[in-house]
Amino acid sequence: MTASATLALGNPSLDLAKPLPSSFLGVWIHPQSGLLRRVGFASPSSGLAVSCTMTKEVTAVEASKYENPGFGLRPDSFGRFGRFGGKYVPETLMYALTELEEAFWALSKDEEFQRELEGILRDYVGRESPLYFAERLTEHYRRSDGQGPHIYLKREDLNHTGAHKINNAVAQALLAKRLGKKRIIAETGAGQHGVATATVCARFGLECIIYMGAQDMERQALNVFRMKLLGAEVRAVHSGTATLKDATSEAIRDWVTNVETTHYILGSVAGPHPYPMMVREFHAVIGKETRKQALEKWGGKPDVLVACVGGGSNAMGLFHEFVDDRDVRLVGVEAAGFGLDSGKHAATLTKGEVGVLHGAMSYLLQDDDGQIIEPHSISAGLDYPGVGPEHSYLKDIGRAEYFSVTDKQALEAFKQLSRLEGIIPALETSHALAYLEDLCPTLPDGSKVVVNCSGRGDKDVQTAIKHLHL
Amino acid sequence: MAGVVPKISFPSSPARISGFASPRRPTCKFTSLSRSTLSRASLSVRRASSASTISDTFSRLKEQGKVALIPFITAGDPDLSTTSEALKILDSSGSDLIELGVPYSDPLADGPVIQAAATRALENGTNFDGVISMLREVIPQLSCPISLFTYYNPILKRGVEKFMSTIEEVGVRGLVVPDVPLEENESLRKEAIKHNIELVLLSTPTTPPERMKEIARASEGFIYLVATVGVTGARASVNLEVQSLLQEIKEATPKPVAVGFGISKPEHVKQVAGWGADGVIVGSAFVKLLGEVKSSDEGLKQLETFTRSLKAALP
Repeated sequence: MTASATLALGNPSLDLAKPLPSSFLGVWIHPQSGLLRRVGFASPSSGLAVSCTMTKEVTAVEASKYENPGFGLRPDSFGRFGRFGGKYVPETLMYALTELEEAFWALSKDEEFQRELEGILRDYVGRESPLYFAERLTEHYRRSDGQGPHIYLKREDLNHTGAHKINNAVAQALLAKRLGKKRIIAETGAGQHGVATATVCARFGLECIIYMGAQDMERQALNVFRMKLLGAEVRAVHSGTATLKDATSEAIRDWVTNVETTHYILGSVAGPHPYPMMVREFHAVIGKETRKQALEKWGGKPDVLVACVGGGSNAMGLFHEFVDDRDVRLVGVEAAGFGLDSGKHAATLTKGEVGVLHGAMSYLLQDDDGQIIEPHSISAGLDYPGVGPEHSYLKDIGRAEYFSVTDKQALEAFKQLSRLEGIIPALETSHALAYLEDLCPTLPDGSKVVVNCSGRGDKDVQTAIKHLHL
Repeated sequence: MAGVVPKISFPSSPARISGFASPRRPTCKFTSLSRSTLSRASLSVRRASSASTISDTFSRLKEQGKVALIPFITAGDPDLSTTSEALKILDSSGSDLIELGVPYSDPLADGPVIQAAATRALENGTNFDGVISMLREVIPQLSCPISLFTYYNPILKRGVEKFMSTIEEVGVRGLVVPDVPLEENESLRKEAIKHNIELVLLSTPTTPPERMKEIARASEGFIYLVATVGVTGARASVNLEVQSLLQEIKEATPKPVAVGFGISKPEHVKQVAGWGADGVIVGSAFVKLLGEVKSSDEGLKQLETFTRSLKAALP
């Protein structure tokens, strides 16, 4: 583990027709001093290979070359993003988290693993996902003087299983196999992460148990069926509020009890270190492809990235690639439920306070006594009272902006995309789309907006039927 | 009465004067007088003074060749006045230290019994201020020290400093925070030391030996050895690993070690004491008695019987 090695990491994706390698290939140096640095990927046009050296200590010269003075370490060796993140879990899990982190680093340098992962992302998941110019949506937001932004959709909804969740599930399943764990557990809100996990467990022959809040099981019955069909056991969680936060707590309890045989595939960039970093890295392929595709399509970068934020995985997946590009705006959209003043919402970054939930220090929705409160959103996937610590950090340092839209606005956007583009988006994604109403009028002519179309809406038709009178 | 017990000074915390500011109280409970000969008068003298620190309690027990009985109950289940009564009964029935759980909405380290207790307590309106008021009233009536068991978020909500000064003020002596590991406990330790609260750390069967030693070095009051790989809740038998884990910790440190999680019967308690534990913690079994019976009176009666049966199984 402590041997020094010189790795020359070529950038094989210069052939633009091939998909980019999985994003965490060569992104990190892991010096034994415990400092993490981000290695900038060579831009496709420069054709340079990036060479990284793993030494006992990062020299001052190397450190100054790679550290972005504005944004600090994301995360540091304790898993902190500024004051957020960390590992706030029972002692029983601490060793497993260290083991997981070490496996992650080892695999990031393992070429065979990288090749296997790339192959699965390409042939099984269906990557790369298109960057689609939404012509009629763009026309809709064009102002009377003919000016307006150009809107593109990053089609994560076209992935196998219908959402971005599969990127992380596939990589973590492979990682679990490497760790020799045969039993997989996961939590799920909307069911998309549960379905993705059940899918990869079927694909890799792993035992699969999914924890889902009893309330969520009702509103996402299609996904519950899919999980069972795929061979997973779905355990209803009745404790607490019977929603995502309780399913997560129960999954953590299961992990505490079965940590020696079990890997916990956490579905978002939340939870204790190394999960926020790991899940981000596994989704970062979204942003990497977007950079390449943007270059191909208009010879530049996006101006604004928009994504919905529940735990924050699809948003981090899109944003991460561009965090160091200060000219790219990062916009996250949370769920305002019945309205921010109603007390029934899930707008953690807008209305929350800093605390500790499920292993991480982050913004969260809590009452005066420090108890975690039950959030509300029409979309199960955004119905989480916490948020990934990196989002909390990006908000605090002003690098990313966070807004929220109500259930009503999301339903409008759900209908609108269906009508204008023939794409039925997930209700979660509809929140990002709904924010375009406020965003587009403010943007200069020709601004390039990329919205992460994080999932498709088939799973939401029952809910839509109830609310939309068509 | 023995002179001042020399306090073991731990490298990571400043040496503290033992004996505290509280006057030495007549240790009726720990002499050869059997409990039945204790008079009401001596009991009331005992109640007027404050309890010793957790470390001192363990030192005293060790001198006498005894093992500490440490019950855990959830505050507010079924309600705070029952909790107050329960604390008094536990104290007078043979407990040496009592862990009081602060109910929390998302207790990650707890199994179904304590989860349910927390939910019941929260549903009937139990909150931290209520728990503190209750303690302010009852602690002066108790002879054994109280330690709080709480998750981190309720502490953060108030601010670590404010939390520590509040619990110090009502006479709490110790604190266990199960979701804050060694790496994250700096601010807790700093404030605990400043406010004379002993911060107890946990070690588990999955903790590697080197880490266990670090935890042992940093823990104050005692070291909480978690007996199972899992959450709280009674088990049929005690994990046999505990015997070797106890040996390992005791080779590394002279600090007292108490074993908890899964222990529910006199046989378990006897077995663990026989392996060398300095204290035994029993939680879910007590919580069940209080929360899952038809009436509080019934529960409290059973509490007394149960406590005595556990105490009888210990040296």
